[in-house]
Amino acid sequence: MNFKKITYSLLSLVLIGSIIVFAADHIDAPAVSGTDADITDYYAFEGASSSNLVFVANVQGLLSPSATADADFNENTMIQFNIDNTGDNVEDLVIQVIFADGVAYAYGPVAPSETGLTSGVEFNATNNASVAITEYGNTANIGTNNGISLFAGPRDDPFFMDFAQYGEIIAGNASSFNDPGADTFAGTNVMSVVVEVPKSTLGSAETINTWVQAKNRIN
Amino acid sequence: MNLSKLFTLLLVAGLVVTGCSDNNNDDGASTPIDENARFTTADQMGRPAVNTVFISSSSKNSFNTTLPSNQRAAFRTEMETNLSGLSPAYANESDANALGQNRDAFIDLLATDVLNVSLTGTTTFFDGTNVLTGRNLTDDVISVELLLIFGGEDGTEFPGLSDDNVDSNDKQFLSTFPYLAAPF
Repeated sequence: MNFKKITYSLLSLVLIGSIIVFAADHIDAPAVSGTDADITDYYAFEGASSSNLVFVANVQGLLSPSATADADFNENTMIQFNIDNTGDNVEDLVIQVIFADGVAYAYGPVAPSETGLTSGVEFNATNNASVAITEYGNTANIGTNNGISLFAGPRDDPFFMDFAQYGEIIAGNASSFNDPGADTFAGTNVMSVVVEVPKSTLGSAETINTWVQAKNRIN
Repeated sequence: MNLSKLFTLLLVAGLVVTGCSDNNNDDGASTPIDENARFTTADQMGRPAVNTVFISSSSKNSFNTTLPSNQRAAFRTEMETNLSGLSPAYANESDANALGQNRDAFIDLLATDVLNVSLTGTTTFFDGTNVLTGRNLTDDVISVELLLIFGGEDGTEFPGLSDDNVDSNDKQFLSTFPYLAAPF
């Protein structure tokens, strides 16, 4: 690495960094920033039982503890987990989570009656679960049905990054990260939806492609 | 009002109530919200930080509302341009990242923003052995991405920029459902 390269790098960072925010998906786009539909993160991993897979969607990032008690899911925003098990990046299965009167309802995994950006709710899915949304300060409520587990409520934001120092680099005030760094997301909360399902409900592929959507009601 | 009129009235009222109710399935089971409710995509995410890092400011909304199967065609070019602008580690044609991917291959992977998850093996974003087989709560995804963006072929090219040196969460995760730690 030479000085010219470093200079070029930092210059590029300054130019591009002024228009990007480097976080997982927190406040990623103007249309959703600050709304209940702003996804902050998506995780998918094997559960405590190797027979199960866990999906985690977080929304509404950077909640301070004092703001968390008043945070809630929006009844007009549905969280949809999409699962492609044929390799074409089109959803073959979905898990839809909606919220009504303090309860979260999950439908799926189920083959959706329509694919794409706009969806109805698969109310007739055989795989389903519901749970009372956990209130701030209370023990986590866990809904279970047919091997499916569901949680909805506030959690510590699991994302970690020295976002502040990245900002300093971007601003040209620093040339590198600190060691150790400082987790900018420490002490902040998110609204989480966690669904655990038997892998057997996801088809027989060895690998799935998955993504999560926050969908807003249009009628 | 006689009995038959009262009965008719009740019947009509019942029909009206049924007609107004929007929380019923065809089979009569109740649904928590209007059974005809429709929702359209506002935000979406597969791998961490793809939209935030690789998509231009003017395209961030449209990236969130473009189906993954259409993202490559729509955004590949600008993602390549933005990667080149962000990191000199891909300045030369032969430059590659620690996965052996040149700029084209790296962007080709990222341009369809889905998370690949193994149903038969270890699930992790990167654990030193397995690559892109899921995403655990403990995975240091930002350092992995910084390394792939700035680290060059062996991960050493821009050491000050290829690791933020925050390696874990501020709270311990749970070993059982719901896995995420209680809020602060």
